[in-house]
Amino acid sequence: MKFLQPTTLDEALAAKAEHPHALPIAGGTDVMVELNFDKHRPAALLDLNRVDELAQWAPEDGHIRLGAGVSYTRVIDELADRLPGLAMAARTVGSPQIRNRGTVGGNLGAASPAGDSHPALLAADAVVEVASVRGTRQIRVTDFFTGVKRNALDRDELITAILIAPSTGPQQFCKIGTRNAMVIAVSAFGLALHPERRRVGTGIGSAAPTPRRAHGAEDFLSAALDDEGLWDSRAELPETLATEFGGRVRDAASPIDDVRGSAAYRLHSLAVMARRALAWAWHDYRTSTSDGRA
Amino acid sequence: MRIQMTVNGVDRTADDVWEGESLLYVLRERMGLPGSKNACEQGECGSCTVYLDEVPVCSCLVAAGQGRGRDVRTVEGLADGPDLHPVQQAFVEAGAVQCGFCTPGLLVQTHALLATSQRPSDAEIREALAGNLCRCTGYEKILDAVRLAADRMAVPEAGP
Ligand SMILES: Cc1cc2nc3c(=O)[nH]c(=O)nc-3n(C[C@H](O)[C@H](O)[C@H](O)COP(=O)(O)OP(=O)(O)OC[C@H]3O[C@@H](n4cnc5c(N)ncnc54)[C@H](O)[C@@H]3O)c2cc1C
Ligand code: FES
Ligand code: FES
Repeated sequence: MKFLQPTTLDEALAAKAEHPHALPIAGGTDVMVELNFDKHRPAALLDLNRVDELAQWAPEDGHIRLGAGVSYTRVIDELADRLPGLAMAARTVGSPQIRNRGTVGGNLGAASPAGDSHPALLAADAVVEVASVRGTRQIRVTDFFTGVKRNALDRDELITAILIAPSTGPQQFCKIGTRNAMVIAVSAFGLALHPERRRVGTGIGSAAPTPRRAHGAEDFLSAALDDEGLWDSRAELPETLATEFGGRVRDAASPIDDVRGSAAYRLHSLAVMARRALAWAWHDYRTSTSDGRA
Repeated sequence: MRIQMTVNGVDRTADDVWEGESLLYVLRERMGLPGSKNACEQGECGSCTVYLDEVPVCSCLVAAGQGRGRDVRTVEGLADGPDLHPVQQAFVEAGAVQCGFCTPGLLVQTHALLATSQRPSDAEIREALAGNLCRCTGYEKILDAVRLAADRMAVPEAGP
């Protein structure tokens, strides 16, 4: 096995082009489990820890450019105000030790249907920036997941950053599991209110072959809030609206039975989480100032 | 491949390291530091917790090569010579050690907690130790030990 250790992004992209079978390793919290249990023996490891460009985040053109190698701990400590949904999701990942190493880029690389960052990224309509020696592409996160643990990366590409608009309204993340820590989600749901666009964003986790948005539920709720003038009046949300929204989120899922939970439970829990997430987010919206901050 | 890094303040080198090997394996099997324990090799138990450049991590999930040139501190590096660190002393006195397998990881993680939070609440302690499993104690004595260590280490507030 080769161990490639580039120190700049250009070097990393050149290494990936030259060794397309090299397995990138960032925090290693997925990769090392596979190596330790000999489930996978790649021809080479491509260590991304020393690539400084990947370890930074910065505001850029109205969004946050989150380097693929920024850890969950840093997302929580440094970005909770601007990316609250992602920070909430990050807080539920593994344990402190896992959050110190694990990265959002690694979560996208693994592309598990249960990846916790995914519902938050979907709800915020994030864009994944990928690069190779051939150039850079931007892929909407909705188009990034192509199958169970599959993503849109080409063999010579690396994820360089995630572009996320700072929140303009309340965001929520809910996750069902047997414990408050160290659980792979049975099901998960992310919600973002975008008052400036009068849109609602959603993300469903662990309840379909890939993380996905609930487009029907988003359209329904965005239209209903508009029709009833609720974005401006900030009046109380009719209970029926929240319940209908929950039902439509449930209808967007296509879960399976597995060791963590049954399909029926996943569907039921999604409807409940979506209803509750909306109630919490709407409460925050009602009590927040006009720029959406509580 | 050759791995050079600083471990507990000492410059160490290991040769013939397999590229897919973990930092935990290098520490235990190549550097003679068996304090960090290998219980699950999948990040679930925390018994392999070490500081990597001052950040507590599961050493079973760090590739050996990722540790090159970096600073590692293991449970063996907590005591000051023969004098136990207050966190270690508290674990002994509170009866927080039974079989001891989980202890090294808990010591490092508790050390890290108390470095940033002088008087952690019970909720904070549980959150900080959520990734460290113990099969023996039922955790109550571990919580006692963390509180005891926190009491002893806290800088006294300015009195009247
Ligand atoms: C004990 C434990 C608990 C966990 N709990 C959770 C949890 O609660 N929620 C959750 O979502 N996940 C969880 N995970 C899984 C894992 O921590 C996450 O998926 C994490 O985000 C992976 O990030 P990483 O940097 O460690 O990735 P790595 O393991 O380094 O890489 C993961 C994958 O992404 C690829 N990759 C990494 N970086 C790039 C890049 N820049 N470009 C292209 N490909 C890349 C790698 O080749 C690999 O295929 C857990 C893992 C463990 C061991
Ligand atoms: S041995 Fe590393 S977490 Fe269990
Ligand atoms: S003392 Fe035995 S596992 Fe904790």
